[in-house]
Amino acid sequence: MEQFFSQFLDFALTAVSLGMTFLYGCTGEILTEKAGHLNLGIPGIMCMGGACGCLTLKLLNQSGLPPVLLVLLTLLASFIGGMLMGIIYSFLTVTLKANQNVTGLAMTIFGAGTTKFIMSGISSATEAFQNYLYAKNYFRFPFGGNTSALNYNGIMVFLAIAIALIAAFVLNKTRAGLHLRAVGENPATADAVGINVTRYKYVATCIGSGIAALGGLFYIMGWSGTCDAYKSIEQLGWISIALVIFTLWRPQISIIGSALFGLLYLAGTRIPTLLGIQFDMSVTKLLEILPYAVTIIVLIVTSVGKKKENQPPAALGLPYFREER
Amino acid sequence: MNNQVALELNKVSKYFGSLAANKDVDLTVYRGEILSILGENGCGKTTLMNMIAGIYYPDHGTISVNGQEVVIRSPKDAFRHGIGMIHQHFKLVDLFTAAENIVLGAKGDKRYNLKDVNRRVEEIANKYGFHVDPKKKIYEMSVSEKQTVEILKVLYRGADILILDEPSAVLTPQETDRLFDILRRMREDGKSILIITHKLHEVMSISDRVAVLRKGEHIATVETASTSPAELTEMMVGKKVELNIDRPEPKNVSDRLEVKGLSLVNTDGIKVLDDITFTARSGEILGIAGIAGSGQKELLESIAGLQHPAQGEIVYHNPKTGTSENLRDKDPVSIRELGVRLSFVPEDRLGMGLVGNMDIIDNMMLRSYRKGHSMFVDRKKPKDLANKIVEELEVATTSTHTPVRRLSGGNVQKVLVGREIASSPTVLMAAYPVRGLDINSSYTIYGLLTKQKESGTAVIFVGEDLDVLVEICDRILVICAGRVTGILDARTTTKEEIGLLMTKTERDTETDPDMKEASR
Amino acid sequence: MKTTNTAVREPLFHVVKRDAMPLWKSMLIRVIAVVAALLFCALLSVLLVHANPFEFIETMFKGSFGSSRRLWRFAKDAAVLLCISLAITPAFRMRFWNIGAEGQTLIGALSAVAVMIYLGDKVSNGVLLVLMFAASVTVGAIWGCIPAVFKAKWNTNETLFTLMMNYVATGLVAYFLLLWTPSGSSVLGELQVGHLPTVGHNYLLLILAVLVLTALLYIYLQYTKQGYEISVVGESENTARYIGINVNRVIIRTMLISGAICGVAGFLIVGALDHSIAETTVGGMGFTAIMVSWMAKFNPLVMIGTSAFVTFLEQGAAQVSTNFDIDSSFPSMVVGIVLFFIIGCEFFIGYKLKFRQTAKNGGES
Repeated sequence: MEQFFSQFLDFALTAVSLGMTFLYGCTGEILTEKAGHLNLGIPGIMCMGGACGCLTLKLLNQSGLPPVLLVLLTLLASFIGGMLMGIIYSFLTVTLKANQNVTGLAMTIFGAGTTKFIMSGISSATEAFQNYLYAKNYFRFPFGGNTSALNYNGIMVFLAIAIALIAAFVLNKTRAGLHLRAVGENPATADAVGINVTRYKYVATCIGSGIAALGGLFYIMGWSGTCDAYKSIEQLGWISIALVIFTLWRPQISIIGSALFGLLYLAGTRIPTLLGIQFDMSVTKLLEILPYAVTIIVLIVTSVGKKKENQPPAALGLPYFREER
Repeated sequence: MNNQVALELNKVSKYFGSLAANKDVDLTVYRGEILSILGENGCGKTTLMNMIAGIYYPDHGTISVNGQEVVIRSPKDAFRHGIGMIHQHFKLVDLFTAAENIVLGAKGDKRYNLKDVNRRVEEIANKYGFHVDPKKKIYEMSVSEKQTVEILKVLYRGADILILDEPSAVLTPQETDRLFDILRRMREDGKSILIITHKLHEVMSISDRVAVLRKGEHIATVETASTSPAELTEMMVGKKVELNIDRPEPKNVSDRLEVKGLSLVNTDGIKVLDDITFTARSGEILGIAGIAGSGQKELLESIAGLQHPAQGEIVYHNPKTGTSENLRDKDPVSIRELGVRLSFVPEDRLGMGLVGNMDIIDNMMLRSYRKGHSMFVDRKKPKDLANKIVEELEVATTSTHTPVRRLSGGNVQKVLVGREIASSPTVLMAAYPVRGLDINSSYTIYGLLTKQKESGTAVIFVGEDLDVLVEICDRILVICAGRVTGILDARTTTKEEIGLLMTKTERDTETDPDMKEASR
Repeated sequence: MKTTNTAVREPLFHVVKRDAMPLWKSMLIRVIAVVAALLFCALLSVLLVHANPFEFIETMFKGSFGSSRRLWRFAKDAAVLLCISLAITPAFRMRFWNIGAEGQTLIGALSAVAVMIYLGDKVSNGVLLVLMFAASVTVGAIWGCIPAVFKAKWNTNETLFTLMMNYVATGLVAYFLLLWTPSGSSVLGELQVGHLPTVGHNYLLLILAVLVLTALLYIYLQYTKQGYEISVVGESENTARYIGINVNRVIIRTMLISGAICGVAGFLIVGALDHSIAETTVGGMGFTAIMVSWMAKFNPLVMIGTSAFVTFLEQGAAQVSTNFDIDSSFPSMVVGIVLFFIIGCEFFIGYKLKFRQTAKNGGES
């Protein structure tokens, strides 16, 4: 029984920690969608965030900087990498009024490719890989010990929750948040009261992209600790977009939602061992569909419910052009 | 009114493509006055006001506020100079509360305290005599409540120059009275108010001065006290209104379409049609008059099979077979399959009647593409029809392959009406068929409708210009808030009589005083 | 003096919508964008690996057209991409954002493989092929139709729904792979049954089949009543209702077709090329197809060109990555960059910038 308990705790903590990857991506995407932009480039942006962070670690490898500074610079690089992607996306969809779906998919193709390009360049160098492990300890929680699952819960877990809470506060309690929601609901109205629609769209998309990018970095450095991990980021990015729907565009719910999705994502591999049952391997593959199936169900339920507060932002996906007649 | 100039426009012009929406407009607005901007539909009133409010940017000319030349690139610039506009289509976020909408975009701390906002909103509301619940969400509000929020929004920002775009179009007479009282109180407070309108009685009752626009140009600004509705009308249309629409006596009149006790509840749960009963007869034009949004659209759509009425009957008497059919709850296709030749020119031409991105030929096909058993469409007949319409109705276009979106408003309407009458209908319904059209195109349309009537069609004509209704129709049905308030003989009635019925609500036993004043 | 009035600032330019632009002009803008994008990529490769930009461009072309073997491979890849692009086109013309072609194709391929595995030794090859085809088309159509039903009934967001369906399909493939590979390796070797016959060249039948499909779809969309209905629904649902089109029926019917063509693509991949299946069988082509279809303005005939163009980019860049020893991810970077340029250039076709007319006077006083 005691063993079950510790195993369960280990599973839960691992899953919650994994969920933080989704939380970064989800919070970022919520900000973007609140500005009326469905950014399907989030998976690519998350990849890029991981790549930029790792690249920075490699470059600063020999610099002899104190570890805290190294970690901070890595986080910063990851965030900036995401923002640069966000700027490309905003320029195309806001300024040049391009189709959001097409632009987002192109971003993901580009981001995933560029990430592979960068990461394959880094991982060939063994000394650099050693450096990750060195820095990794700083991404992880100091009092975890060696074997405990607490090991997975580094500073970036708390950062993710903090960012989600701040995002919720900004959206619901501040003037900037009110304006942003207005831009996503009805840009013509926001424009008419003197809100700079273009600026809000740019800022929300870029900050959102920066936050999502941290998710990629967290997955490599915080959760998996191996640099091959970049290969799974794209798929996790799509789950983050799914999570936005699941949480009904609310960052505060997304904290719980991401933990739940982490559980669902790992359920296939962990639950059989946990319960001491030997499932057929193939069944675990079916369990991996769970997060997507749950998202589909949530999507259907909210659309059937038609409660106004639970719908996507009304202007989601539509370009805004003031002089449209 | 005093003589301090609040706002001055100097040779302001705006072009959309090659079309001049405004040309060299000069305009002066004083503090503490109500200035009406009067003009027909499409004369450039709204465009001009949009430039002052920062929605459009003028191509030429300058704007001065309080004697200072200013550049208004965005609504924010406009607010900075104390200018606020209440648009005809409300610019409110449905999901937000009144207070959230009011505070939206206003200056203030990074965090906003909703309690403070609520208190200030109530302060302003009390000062001018509004009633509003700051915590109510917009999607739960009535039209007049929404308008109140719009006005409060502008006042909250401390605007000194208010622009209202046809504020009474959506209001009941009582609501309009209340609004005008509030506006007068604002005038006493030193605000400058510009009202866009094309209703003469309102101009006469509320404004100090009137600026008349015609085809994008400023004709004159006159003192209301020294002018008359007749003079204003003359300025508005350029010459005395002598419509001279040919109105032959109806021949072979027989009942064609009987609407009995029709009621309709819309998706928001509001009763938009309430016990409507009337008969449309062949060889007659039945006019429908009413202020905008009184249920005209829903009535026509119910007959066309696009709405699902809660009660009542729509009985069609087939002239060929002599049988009668109830059309209620039938969709457009099954109505057609019954052999009912029902044509409908909807109000929203490019959004409903036509497909903007398709060419004239493909738009001709909309009605007829189902014909025949082949799985392929036949473009030959539509092409012939398109050529015929272009030629006969003098549609100005380079070819029948031009997307209709690129045609001017008048030509779009010719294409639409041309298609609808091509199927030689027995019932023809037209909603605001001349809205936004120039005089020549309008007369073309009147001619087409009259010709249909002569060929034995029952024509239903929803109009907004009472002069036209009185001259073209045989009978006029007046509706107000979804109810029939009268059916009049167009040859003997007057505009004033119709006007009174248009605003006659249940509670309203005595008539609008402003209305009476204007009609004298 | 007036020059002291600094408050007067006219915006440098503002954006206005353009009237129709002649075709040659819009094509010129697109060509300029592509050339600029390729130059940009060449420059990038110079910076990254110090390659000669002329050599870069040359290698790009050699990658697709360098030898007859490469040419065939190019034609085959373009054909598969074209087939999936054809599949999503009816939906996109209806403004139904089907980004689930990846899953619809994969599930089609899975159905074909299932038939091969369970019936491969029971029926003749001809019958087997017919059954595979039927299974792929049916399952693909059903897969595509599910989001459409919910869209029609409750207006459920189809973009996100179809996206999620991709991963459900991938999960099912993973599940069946484990079932079918007793060792648990999840790697299914080439199956020996259910091969499409070879006509002339290995890939010729596939290419011809896709070209025929292109022509059929073009005719369907352009000349049939159903195709016309799709256009009307896509342009304006209000108009569709006004003339009595049953919008929900059109949405569901069109997605059935869309999914069925995805099924055909899956069948062709399995029957003519892979004779097997993996989770990566479709390899992101479902997403690339959206670009192909969009660039062609949803016109099947133009898509022959755009699918060839994207394939050219991918294979050219792959050749560059081999020749210059750059990582194999280079092609997706190139495709991404070129797409950015093409997406961006559409703005200059639809809109124009109007610069302020009066040059500002210098403050002399």
